[in-house]
Amino acid sequence: MDNATVATHEHTHETAVHVEHHHLALPQHRHHFETEQQQREAGTFGMWLFLLTEIMFFGGLFFAYLLYRNWYNDAFVAASNQLSIPLGAFNTAVLIGSGFFMALGVWAAEVRKKGLLVLFLVITTVLGFVFLGVKYVEYSEKFEKHHIPGAHFDVKEFVNPAAFGLKEKPLAPDMAQKTQIFFSLYFAMTGMHALHMIIGIILLFWLTWRAHKGEFSAGYVAPIENFGLYWHFVDIVWIFLFPLLYLINRHPV
Amino acid sequence: MSATSSTIVNLPDQRTATLPKRNYLNNEQGLLSWLFTGDHKRIGMMYLISITFFFFIGGAFAGLIRLELLTPQPDLVASDTYNKLFSMHGIVMIFLFLVPSVPATIGNFLIPIMLGAKDLAFPKINLLSWYLYWIGGLFTLAALVLGGVDTGWTFTTPLSTHYLNTNVITAATGVFIIGFSSIFTGLNFIVTIHRMRAPGMTWFRMPLFVWSNYAASILMVLGTPVLAITLVLVALERTVGIGVFDPTKGGDPLLFQHLFWFYSHPAVYIMILPGMGVISEVISTFSRKRVFGYTAVAFSSVAIALFGFFVWAHHMFIMGVSNYSALVFSLLTMLVAVPSAIKIFNWAFTLQKGSITFETPMLYAFGFIGLFTIGGMTGVFLGALGMDIHLTETYFIVAHFHFVMVGGMLMAFLAGVHFWWPKMTGRMYPESMSKLAAVTTFIGFNLTFLPQFILGYLGMPRRYHAYPQEFQVLNVLSTAGATVLGIGYLMPMLYLGWSLKYGAIAGNNPWQATGLEWQIQSPPLTENFIEVPVVDHEAYDYEWLAHKTANEVTTVG
Repeated sequence: MDNATVATHEHTHETAVHVEHHHLALPQHRHHFETEQQQREAGTFGMWLFLLTEIMFFGGLFFAYLLYRNWYNDAFVAASNQLSIPLGAFNTAVLIGSGFFMALGVWAAEVRKKGLLVLFLVITTVLGFVFLGVKYVEYSEKFEKHHIPGAHFDVKEFVNPAAFGLKEKPLAPDMAQKTQIFFSLYFAMTGMHALHMIIGIILLFWLTWRAHKGEFSAGYVAPIENFGLYWHFVDIVWIFLFPLLYLINRHPV
Repeated sequence: MSATSSTIVNLPDQRTATLPKRNYLNNEQGLLSWLFTGDHKRIGMMYLISITFFFFIGGAFAGLIRLELLTPQPDLVASDTYNKLFSMHGIVMIFLFLVPSVPATIGNFLIPIMLGAKDLAFPKINLLSWYLYWIGGLFTLAALVLGGVDTGWTFTTPLSTHYLNTNVITAATGVFIIGFSSIFTGLNFIVTIHRMRAPGMTWFRMPLFVWSNYAASILMVLGTPVLAITLVLVALERTVGIGVFDPTKGGDPLLFQHLFWFYSHPAVYIMILPGMGVISEVISTFSRKRVFGYTAVAFSSVAIALFGFFVWAHHMFIMGVSNYSALVFSLLTMLVAVPSAIKIFNWAFTLQKGSITFETPMLYAFGFIGLFTIGGMTGVFLGALGMDIHLTETYFIVAHFHFVMVGGMLMAFLAGVHFWWPKMTGRMYPESMSKLAAVTTFIGFNLTFLPQFILGYLGMPRRYHAYPQEFQVLNVLSTAGATVLGIGYLMPMLYLGWSLKYGAIAGNNPWQATGLEWQIQSPPLTENFIEVPVVDHEAYDYEWLAHKTANEVTTVG
């Protein structure tokens, strides 16, 4: 197949460009691309377009958030105060750290250091798990307090915060009902984000295994690079979610 | 052979002509070689078979709807069955036929060839999108078999979330999955058009078919994810009751409308733009002229895509949006008419003083121009606020979008299928039969949908299975037309199947057209080109073609 690829190149008028790339001759070069550079650029471009669709996907949720936050600001502030800023901040740090090690992983692949690449990918995965673990703790607390939207949703804490040892202003019952909208969006947005994390972690396992076999330490780094873009995108979504959901207003406490 | 005296069809000598020994169809044998193929041409053909299957399912629902409406009384089906019929008709026709119709079949087959590439940028993702299409299709069929869904194709809340006990979740899952199939097709096209063009194939040498598919791809990539999240929220609302669309919990059903139509209005342009691309190719080829105002036609596609994102609220004029936003959206809606009219006028000027011949694709293209113009103009009526209050939710709307979707898009799809059939299969379709089919379709279509404009204007609401006595005459006309239309659609099915074995050998370039796809063998090789083409001429350059043909003859002589 390689011979065939080379033969096709000689027919094009951009021979000079192609000669430069012949020495790479990667086994991963797909026959329908003229050059490896074209293949790499197409892959990266495709990934950016996919991330664009992801922005539109989360965009619908952000739009809903903006609308209801304007309508029910008091409820959103009160409900937001139920979220733990320390846990959220910790998770933000964890994700930024995870993104940092992912970037190091891309670097390790580019300089063809197999051992380092595997190490960085494992650290990225572990930090991903830490994030999901903290999220589990946060979710289960909401579950115990009946703050999961649906039939068992309970507004007691917002109508009569003093009885629960909270120093919040009590909300009128109809406004207190609107906290359910906040929690709906909280779970939809962080849930979708967590789903993207889980998909990312599954891909990380696969990439780590392939990196361990040495697939990415011989000049072919496109999958690592493109996955890096995805992982950073998931980070950035959280960078927006954290202030919008946790830091709407200063805690009165 | 044909009734008209002049024809540009130029077939090889049938006594000696054979199909090329090696081509994409016989390159590998066996079912598995198709199911695991990465070849864009094979995937395009698999799509063609799949969408034809779903088209006839959707068509069967349409037939039942028209049969029920033959009489004013609800006598053929019960009212909830009728609701399920029109819901499934809409879901199947929109998501499983119209959205993938031209891009996933003809576009898949031709875009790489038109650009001088060997394949789309991501062949595996292309195959994945075909599988996603079928998984989504099977979910839709499951919703049907398990008892149907009666939300209408729009999944409108609170109907879909609070009041219905039908298979809303199953159908919505199907549409969600088909959405990803559409996203991946669009993504593949955009990357291919940006990165895979042959040397010399500049942006303004690309055929207009590529331009219009490019514009449609932008809409697929940017619009479809919003539909996906909307359906997720509907499913969560229905299963858990999260309240985002539920007024009793403070949610707003109008938010659903905004999110849904943010995709579903651009989706209309996803459906029509690739069809407009087909028409540009056909009109140019059969009038032997470069498309008039090439650049304007190319940019009008992009303009339609752009404007298409800012008109969605015209679906909600009577749903309680503020008067000011209704005013703005009404104005923006009328703006879309401008790039659409640019296309129509440019096609008309292409025809002017051209050497026009009337082969079947051209007949369908003429059908498209007339019917799409009526469909588009009535769209302007509906975009006007006062008219819309009278006409919305009546048969006027039904007639309007069927003129655009069926009279426009389906005509364009059939024009494209006939035009490129020789390239896809290497054989010609029977010309006189297909002309008869084109004329039958045109007559049947007008008989079906023109009466519906009048019905709507007189106030017959859509989505009801009974109606007052005085509307019966027009309804009977419409149902009679639907029968003719059905025959018009069955005919190509039969004679195209026949032509696979018995059609005349087409040769490389039966239409003497200029596109790159016509300069290679039919059916093409798996790798499309023996060597990468170097493009040194504009699109639709018939002098270049004549020059090239003349040179070929001298070489042989």
